[in-house]
Amino acid sequence: MKTESLSYIFINAALINNFVLAAFLGICPFIGVSKKLDTAARMGGAVTFVMLVSSVCAYGVHAALVALDAPYLQLISFIVIIASAVQLVEMFIKKFSPALFQALGIYLPLITTNCAILGLALFQTAKQYDFIQSLVYAFGAGAGFALAIVIMSGLREELDLADMPNLVKGTAIVLMIAGILSISFMGFAGLGS
Amino acid sequence: MTNDNLLKTPPTDMDTFLKGLWRENPVFVQVLGMCPVLAVTNTVVNSVVMGLATTFVLFTSAVFVSTFRKVIPKQVRIASYILIIATFVTVADYVIQAVSLEVHRSLGAYLSLIVVNCVILGRAEAFSSKNTIGKSVLDALGMGVGFTFALLCLGVVREVLGNGTFAGIQVLSDSFEPWIVMILPAGAFFVLGGWLFLFNWLSERKKQRQAVLA
Repeated sequence: MKTESLSYIFINAALINNFVLAAFLGICPFIGVSKKLDTAARMGGAVTFVMLVSSVCAYGVHAALVALDAPYLQLISFIVIIASAVQLVEMFIKKFSPALFQALGIYLPLITTNCAILGLALFQTAKQYDFIQSLVYAFGAGAGFALAIVIMSGLREELDLADMPNLVKGTAIVLMIAGILSISFMGFAGLGS
Repeated sequence: MTNDNLLKTPPTDMDTFLKGLWRENPVFVQVLGMCPVLAVTNTVVNSVVMGLATTFVLFTSAVFVSTFRKVIPKQVRIASYILIIATFVTVADYVIQAVSLEVHRSLGAYLSLIVVNCVILGRAEAFSSKNTIGKSVLDALGMGVGFTFALLCLGVVREVLGNGTFAGIQVLSDSFEPWIVMILPAGAFFVLGGWLFLFNWLSERKKQRQAVLA
């Protein structure tokens, strides 16, 4: 695993194994906050930031747990670390950008229960990445999430103008589009290897 | 979402249990807990194990959350709920690892990710934190069964079409060409989207029928 180059780690996390479209992590905000391009882009930014912070924390926690020989505490300590990181980011955004705080609404605290963040912590530990590799992996995963949610929101803005039967409106059509996006992202397989 | 109309008329115990199965099905109606729904439903066995593990965590966390609902301060309630949930997910994780290493491996990180399943935290916050243990348990079991049912709906379609098998037993003849896309990630989106179409159609038809009756 140590032989993976940094650029490959980035491309792998962002495109080939896109967190949203191939690993199904972070589906809730992907469906919930992708109505407007603007909000989606900000959400992508916020998630990327939280990912970077929690990746660093998770790396430290994992090192500490290995030293303590207490692997059964891994899940509990990860989630506590992530929850505190999200709380910090929330306070930070509330202070510096109340408009963004309003726009993100309920989804900001829900980043805590965003599987993408915890998934990232678990995957980077499972893959035994070192510190720099973990950071690059977190950044790639965040970029991949932002990319997916921005593409989706762009499509949904177009969709609002389209004439659709009532039956398919809402989540159902979003999932169908996500399926097609997922197929198209499969085209990235083999890139960078 | 639909909690408002529940508050108006006190629901019976049976109703508390049954609403999770259909009317407030966590997956098809509330669209919560999507990640495991999409990620591990490529085979029937995975779907069932995931559903049962989630039900177990729902059940135990409902017991604990409703027991301690008067002790936990409001400000730290979410953090406390997550701690309770994470504890029981770790338990479930180790139990499954002990019972079947193979299933544990194929579920992978998604087993640990039950912690961040919005269904569980959502029920803790919306129901268990306000109701007695008995009611919370009924609600949790209802939601758990509803969740397992939804996972099965996806798992069956994906395994039968994608692999021609049902829980590992071949059900379609050799001449059937498997739809590979169904076991790929894209298939999960398509099948769930398809089920949602069906649910939309059913509720739409019900509405129309009620309109005719009225």
